[in-house]
Amino acid sequence: MAAADRDLKAAIAVTRFGLGAKPGEIAEAGRDPQGWLKAQIRREGADLPAANIEPTPRRVADLREFQQQKRVVKQEVSNTGQPATPEVRDPVKDAQRLLRDDTQGDFLARVQLATATDAAFRERWTLFWTNHFTVAAKNIQTAVVVGPYESEAIRPHVFGRFVQLLGAVETHPAMMIYLDQVQSVGPNSPMVQRANMPARGGFGARLQPAVQRRGNLGLNENLAREIMELHTVGVNGGYSQADVTEFARAMTGLSIGGFRGAEAQVGETVFRDAAHEPGRRTVMGVRYDQMGKEQAAAILTDLAAKPQTARFICTKLARHFVADDPPPALVARLEKAWMSTGGDLGHVAEVLVDSPEAWAVPAQKFKTPYDFIVSSYRAAGTQPQAFGQVGPILTALGQKPFDPGSPKGFPDDVASWSAPDNIVKRMQFAQGFAGQAVQGRDPKTLAADALGERLTPATAIAIARAESRPEGFALLLMSPEFQRR
Amino acid sequence: MNRINPEFRPSRRGVLAAAGAIGLSLQFMATQSFAASEGAQEKKKFIFVICRGGMDGLTVSPPVGDPDYAGLRGQIALHDEALKLDGVHALHPALAATYALAKAGEARIVPAVATPDRARSHFEAQDVLESGSPVVYGAASGWLNRTVESLGRIRKVNALSVGPTTPLVLRGKATFESWSPGKVVDGSARLPTLLQDLYKSDPVLGPALARGLATEAMAQEAMTNVARMTPAQAAVMPAATPAMTGSAAPAATPGAVRAYQQQGQDAARKLGETLAGFMREPGGPQIAALSLDGFDTHANEGAAQGQLAARLSYLDAVLDGVHQGLGPDWKDTVVVVATEFGRTARVNGTGGTDHGTASTALLLGGALKPGGIVGDWPTLRSASLFENRDLAPTLDMRGLFKGVLGDHLGVERAALDTTIFPDSAAAQPAPRLV
Repeated sequence: MAAADRDLKAAIAVTRFGLGAKPGEIAEAGRDPQGWLKAQIRREGADLPAANIEPTPRRVADLREFQQQKRVVKQEVSNTGQPATPEVRDPVKDAQRLLRDDTQGDFLARVQLATATDAAFRERWTLFWTNHFTVAAKNIQTAVVVGPYESEAIRPHVFGRFVQLLGAVETHPAMMIYLDQVQSVGPNSPMVQRANMPARGGFGARLQPAVQRRGNLGLNENLAREIMELHTVGVNGGYSQADVTEFARAMTGLSIGGFRGAEAQVGETVFRDAAHEPGRRTVMGVRYDQMGKEQAAAILTDLAAKPQTARFICTKLARHFVADDPPPALVARLEKAWMSTGGDLGHVAEVLVDSPEAWAVPAQKFKTPYDFIVSSYRAAGTQPQAFGQVGPILTALGQKPFDPGSPKGFPDDVASWSAPDNIVKRMQFAQGFAGQAVQGRDPKTLAADALGERLTPATAIAIARAESRPEGFALLLMSPEFQRR
Repeated sequence: MNRINPEFRPSRRGVLAAAGAIGLSLQFMATQSFAASEGAQEKKKFIFVICRGGMDGLTVSPPVGDPDYAGLRGQIALHDEALKLDGVHALHPALAATYALAKAGEARIVPAVATPDRARSHFEAQDVLESGSPVVYGAASGWLNRTVESLGRIRKVNALSVGPTTPLVLRGKATFESWSPGKVVDGSARLPTLLQDLYKSDPVLGPALARGLATEAMAQEAMTNVARMTPAQAAVMPAATPAMTGSAAPAATPGAVRAYQQQGQDAARKLGETLAGFMREPGGPQIAALSLDGFDTHANEGAAQGQLAARLSYLDAVLDGVHQGLGPDWKDTVVVVATEFGRTARVNGTGGTDHGTASTALLLGGALKPGGIVGDWPTLRSASLFENRDLAPTLDMRGLFKGVLGDHLGVERAALDTTIFPDSAAAQPAPRLV
């Protein structure tokens, strides 16, 4: 490989496949750009954020305690008819603040990892999966478990077999809370049957509907649908409404401990035979004779292995890393890698790196706000030290921390992130950030470090002509080539 | 209390004026002369304004009487519209408030001053300008910070940095306060303009930024108008105009540009007034530093009107705001306006000027001694130009600063020569400024 070609490849490796260059990183990758990327792929999965993220059961227990406190206060208010005294109210507020701090801490730790890591391709790959398997922090119940979810269900499996990742994700308490699986019970399950039985000893009692006695008891299809539509075969994957319902029935029984069950299992994944819909299921033409929890596991395994799943996700991967309309040859390569190895994600990642199409396309992907903020910190060689440095700006730019707003995740196309207001807000961020972060450094050097061979003459000239270091650094961050990857 | 600086001699004029302003009787002064002089010393105020980008001194104070000026400057030369100071020098017409002060003996120009740096790099030259070191990256702190540190051993001195980031000149061991105005002065920042240029062939970013800025300008104008409205008028304002929602980007009309500039001047004057207000507070800062940018005029610099004229009108508005805002305290004040380097003596092929050497510094304040230009005029004869391209320096910037710091603030000469401006004994303090 010619040296010039290798220099450009090094710049592409670090920006397109990574999270933007830290000073020195392009030189590091320069010896063997593809080898440098592939060395980041490892069986044990992604890095874990450095902060001590508590396990999911701990978070669920804390949340439950808070909710109980809140109920006590509510009860007090309704009993006395007086507003709650500060003595009663403040501990509840404190508890809520602590829970919020936990989530913000989780998010900050994740950004700190992204801004600091030497294995940025590994983290980019991981972030693809966190977005693919979105759990959105839409309320406090989900917010407290998103961080643990990513560490427990996603990070260990991002270079393993897809089916392992899928299984870990769909049975994680966070996903089951987010997509309502915890509420789903088989209509003909023993639990519902018991609930529907007439109460002993009274005449009119038997007419009382189960709903009133035990809350909403029944099937919830939300998770089953999203697994098919968003996580595996995709919306055009060839399934029907009947398949969704059948799959939802098969998954009944999967829930988390502590809501109705034993204290010991608070916040842990449990399978309640009593809530499982009895009987065989048929999903996408395949009959599942397994009983109990094996049934859903068998369906998930089959969904993971379907060629539609390989196509759907490989297209998404190519779109994420390369172009909104990815080269068909690249998608075909990834699909082949997927199908020939039974969804070995580490192998798919290697093939992505080895695909010439992934490098040939000019930089056209527009950085998401998260990528933009992270790469800005990396270009400066610093990390954010407080949630407030990254959370509000990401919200302003449309990428609210841990909250894409829907299970579909954040969009991944140029048009979604290049709206006028977004550019102006990025510019305002760049202005402020550059002033703080540039320190005494020469923006010309920072530009060479951040973009290498991707730095265009126009941007280099603009930066060289900047009349102050902050202005030069802000120009770098807002340059067309820094905004793209 | 010991009088630590025996060389300090408050000017008679300053003391009398101070006494008059605070209503002290002469008898009181006679019996309390020591205390009064101490008090006067503590009232001394110093403001350093950095004009970043390499401000073109030959446009700030055009030497219209220099026979070579018009020929070198071509389309950007100023003529009769320049505000005459003496037989050679004038002030740019946008500096009307500064000119009025000059006429009253409260502003002077330093027409050919330069730092010891000759690299013509913004970053290096600003480093030398602000660090006070003779060489680039020779000091990690700024000379104004070390001034605060030095004075702090004698009396209580507070310093203020104005702007979202602290300029190097005020960074260092001595503590200082900082304040930055809200969004309203962002309108004068260069970044949007530079980016529009950088995006001109970008099909996504170019149009997006243009539309976003148009929306932003509309929103700001709307907010300004709302602020000026009576409550009854404000109540009938629609929540958002169509342009604010980004559906249409109105083209900038000349009237809109003028309005925008007027807004910038108003904001700049307000900035000056606010800074003055801080300095007048009991216990407020006696020392302040402020940066203005936008002086890097490689193309379309303009003459009486244009790009640089607009920047100078902002500068003039800030200075006017400081003057008006300080009121009676103006007489105890010296403001120094300086830039990292000047620009080429000749106009270039794009109606601008490139990085040069000597430039103009401005001195303003009621505490100044009236006088002509500070330093000598090297002339623009081709034999006099530095490296046959730039105005040659006749005064070391450090000498200018040292003259003001010594005579106005009472900083000891030994500190000026060694710690505040390291290895600068050869750069003599400019005499008789205060």
